Amino acid sequence: MEDLEQIRAELLAAVAAAAGPDALDAVRVNALGRKGRITELMKGLGALDAEARRAAGQELNSVKAAVAEAIDRRKRTLDDAALEGRLAAESVDISLPVRPERQGLLHPISQTIDEVIAIMGEMGFAVAEGPEIEDDFHNFGALNIPPEHPARQMHDTFYMKEKPDGSRLLLRTHTSPVQIRTMESTEPPIRIIVPGRTYRSDSDMTHTPMFHQVEGLVIDKTTHFGHLKGCLIEFCSAFFEVANVPLRFRPSYFPFTEPSAEVDINCSRQGNTLKFGEGDGWLEIAGCGMVHPNVLRACNIDPEVYQGFAFGIGVERLAMLKYGIPDLRTFFEADLRWLRHYGFLPLEVPTLLRGLVP
Amino acid sequence: MKFTLGWLEEHLETDAPLDEIARRLTMLGLEVEGVENPAAALAAFRTARVVEAKQHPDADRLRVCIVDTGKGTVQVVCGAPNARTGMKGVFAPSGSHVPGTGLHLKKSNIRGVESNGMLLSERELGLSDEHAGIIELPDDTPVGVPAAAALGLDQPVIELAVTPNRGDCLGVRGIARDLAAAGVGTLKPFEAAPLPGRFESPIRWQCDFPAGAGDACPMVVGRSFRGVRNGPSPKWLQDRLKAIGLRPISALVDITNYITFDLGRPLHVFDLDKVAGDLTMRFARDGETLDALDGRTYTLEDGMTVIADASGVKGIGGIMGGAASGCTESTTSLFLEVALFDPVRTALTGRKLGINSDARYRFERGLDPQSALWGAEVAARMILDLCGGEASALTTAGEMPDWRRTATLRPERLASFGGADVPRDAAAAILDRLGFETKVENGRIRASIPSWRPDIEGEHCLVEEVLRIHGFENIPALPLQRETALPAPALTPAQRRVALARRQLAGRGLMEAVTWSFMAEAQARLFADIPDGLRLANPISADLDVMRPSILANLALAARRNADRGYADVALFEIGPAWRDDTPDGQDTVAAGLRHGKMSPRHWAAPVRPVDAFDAKADALAALAAVGAPVENLQADRGAPSYYHPGRSGVLRLGPNVLAQFGELHPAVLRGLDVGGPAVGFEVFLGRVPQPKSKGGRARPPLDVSAFQAVTRDFAFVVDAGQPADAVVRAAQSADKVLIADVSVFDVFEGEALGAGRKSVAISVTLQPREATLTDAEIDAVAAKIVANVAKRTGATLRG
Repeated sequence: MEDLEQIRAELLAAVAAAAGPDALDAVRVNALGRKGRITELMKGLGALDAEARRAAGQELNSVKAAVAEAIDRRKRTLDDAALEGRLAAESVDISLPVRPERQGLLHPISQTIDEVIAIMGEMGFAVAEGPEIEDDFHNFGALNIPPEHPARQMHDTFYMKEKPDGSRLLLRTHTSPVQIRTMESTEPPIRIIVPGRTYRSDSDMTHTPMFHQVEGLVIDKTTHFGHLKGCLIEFCSAFFEVANVPLRFRPSYFPFTEPSAEVDINCSRQGNTLKFGEGDGWLEIAGCGMVHPNVLRACNIDPEVYQGFAFGIGVERLAMLKYGIPDLRTFFEADLRWLRHYGFLPLEVPTLLRGLVP
Repeated sequence: MKFTLGWLEEHLETDAPLDEIARRLTMLGLEVEGVENPAAALAAFRTARVVEAKQHPDADRLRVCIVDTGKGTVQVVCGAPNARTGMKGVFAPSGSHVPGTGLHLKKSNIRGVESNGMLLSERELGLSDEHAGIIELPDDTPVGVPAAAALGLDQPVIELAVTPNRGDCLGVRGIARDLAAAGVGTLKPFEAAPLPGRFESPIRWQCDFPAGAGDACPMVVGRSFRGVRNGPSPKWLQDRLKAIGLRPISALVDITNYITFDLGRPLHVFDLDKVAGDLTMRFARDGETLDALDGRTYTLEDGMTVIADASGVKGIGGIMGGAASGCTESTTSLFLEVALFDPVRTALTGRKLGINSDARYRFERGLDPQSALWGAEVAARMILDLCGGEASALTTAGEMPDWRRTATLRPERLASFGGADVPRDAAAAILDRLGFETKVENGRIRASIPSWRPDIEGEHCLVEEVLRIHGFENIPALPLQRETALPAPALTPAQRRVALARRQLAGRGLMEAVTWSFMAEAQARLFADIPDGLRLANPISADLDVMRPSILANLALAARRNADRGYADVALFEIGPAWRDDTPDGQDTVAAGLRHGKMSPRHWAAPVRPVDAFDAKADALAALAAVGAPVENLQADRGAPSYYHPGRSGVLRLGPNVLAQFGELHPAVLRGLDVGGPAVGFEVFLGRVPQPKSKGGRARPPLDVSAFQAVTRDFAFVVDAGQPADAVVRAAQSADKVLIADVSVFDVFEGEALGAGRKSVAISVTLQPREATLTDAEIDAVAAKIVANVAKRTGATLRG
């Protein structure tokens, strides 16, 4: 037995002394391998009688277990040390920049139109569209603007080259032709908004020859001017994210509505930002009114049965007011610096439920 | 439309303060664009007397003036030729700011003589361009009082934006009437009783229009005056005209201008001695000319209404008079024209001739027909008052158009259409105050429309009038009721696809741009022939004269601008219209994108490479996938338009339907746009992507996955260099449509070892068994089929 204790001590010392995986493996083979010392002793057990074999077997197994455990422990220690050494050698400069990726952004016009759709959609409006090269009837005539009406001078119209038959098409001066096209093809009740490009021959600090409008149209049997006010007040409160934003409905004139109003929003300017619902400033944001009976008649809708309202809002104007964009002309320059500064992440579609702005 | 508060008070009895008047005007639909008191800008300046003016010792053109400012005397060096002892003028002290020149006055030394302040000219005061000398005030002007008061300028000037339907408010009286109707004071009575003529007018009116065109000038009234003196008009009149920016000319001309703005009634006066015989209203003859009062000569044509005498045209009806027959300081006899002109013809003529006059502005918006008569009376009184002499009886041609019309208002419509709770009698009272004569019949308000309101058509107009005076702010706002508890989708599937493509492309790193729908024809022609229907007749500038045939042109130009600013490697996209022709169907909704320069900036860990056609193809495929196109079934082929590189571009199509095109932009096109390369682009035609079938609802088919191990085998084929890799892939795929789950190209190269005109295409084929794990024999059998099929379809051989 002294023999066994000594073997145990020798083997454990050898395990502890193994400096690396190879040395440890040699110790293992020397102890537990096919010709290892413990294996050899195990083979010798068969020569003993049953009593002695049991006692000696127990002793030997205890040594074998102790050595095996010591080898495992030593192996983990050596592995840990090796890994530590490797990790220490392979560190990187984590201050280096990541691989380049590009993040595209949405133009403020797209974002603004999506926000308008999100709000008006909740009020039951559907989006309608139409062509941008229009005929006189849809852009003017059906909208109660006869050829020599002074209102045509309010619309600096772009005309296309005259056709051989003397007619000429034009670039729509507003999104209102889509009102007409919708009323021509749809039975009331009608509730649409029309976002889109519009064109007027005007270019200065506050005008560009192309701009965007959102038109709204409601036709049914009961909608009146009070609903028009309510609709636009709710829209502006939601869009500008100000509860009960004060709006001023100022009588005005459009050939296609009567009564007509221009809508001003109450705000004060503080540096580059506008505060809505405070101060004594008023900024015009929309034109609106009850649809003129002549417009309904032009679309074969009986004005004695049906009525409703229409409004038009400048999209760039909305974007400029909400997002503090100072210059209209910059919208169309595709200047990367501007797009990066004023653009919007494409990840979330505006909804009222989740919030309009990502 | 401008007027002063004092002028308004000529017609309106009111105690209302100015800001209340301004607020109410705006809320009546007469939008106040500005209220300005010129006195505010002139507060620093006072009247002063030149006690002594003597020659500057050292400068011929300068005088040294001792000026009594009312607070003492100061010495001022003055260069005005009219500075002289005893005169009264406007003094600007040191420390004041001279509005006309922007100069800040300081005590100074001018050629050795101290100068404290300045005596001002009209230009220096910002009143006019007059700078021949300093302002001379009347001798009885007190010294040391505010100059604005002495100049008659301490009146707030109100400027309105009058909408085109309210011609009646292009005179101060019409504005006063609206205010009175809204309860801001009382409208003063209007005096226009007939003035008996003292003699018969030597000139008579004639109308000579072709049959059916008599409405060009339905009625004209006139009268002659003799023994008048046409000097400067009185100060009050000059002050009023000056306050609204008009230059006083002479009493007679000032009277016509005054009545134009006071009553909205344009007039014209002829010097009787410069008119030959009777005056006739007629259309011009082609080629007739007129030297007009604005100093320009106009060539006239048929259809333009003119006033002519025996010798020719004397004035353009409703627009402008002639210079030769106008009244001057020496005029003693005159003939007054008070006419009605057709608004449409007046507008047309004015536009053709390019004349914007105060008269045209009013005639084309519609005048009160009765003003033909009362205008002749009001003007005659004023002429006799200011210029003396005597007036003739009236001469008239034509007839007053029948302006008497009625409209009926069902009072309940105020609530059901206007949303306002206005009792019937209150509504009738509002209309009465506006000059309608109302009576209630069967519960309805029957309103006679006043002659000055040609804009009133029917019930909806009466509703508007009542609401306007009642106040839009007093109409309760109501929520718009939805037809259903929850809203239906606002977007159609096609509209949603536009939004999806937009977000997909932005997610791929492209910045969204919005560019003009129009562009320069020379540049557009690099992309397509431009049909006449897409040419603008009146472009805003020559570089925006046709509708764009492709968005890529604008994006390439934008890339150039960004490169010029130091941002060469841009990735931009735009979703918008591009045009093939001018019909509604000729407008395509296109998602187009452009990548320029390098794919990414130089980086320590990533290689730099230029953009290539496959970047554009990837963008196009991603956009197509986002909008639900069957990307798996798309064929990539040559056949992109000629503005793409012929060898590095293609189309993605479903049968004959081209959904997208992509590739490198043609170097010649880039050169034509002056854009440095390389640039790649794509165009996805969103409208051509087939709509997914809605049948079958939203449920997806059951997930079908195999429990058995998939196997991958690689093959390298040698084919003709012209053979598309896609043909090899498809041939491999078709070898066993059940077992082969995926085929991908992982290597392509050409080399001498393969022989000229040959290339190697290496593919990786994934076999997915469904019944049992594949045996080696089964794998070998499929591999043999793949090799055979590719060989048969593409002429390929397996590379040894």
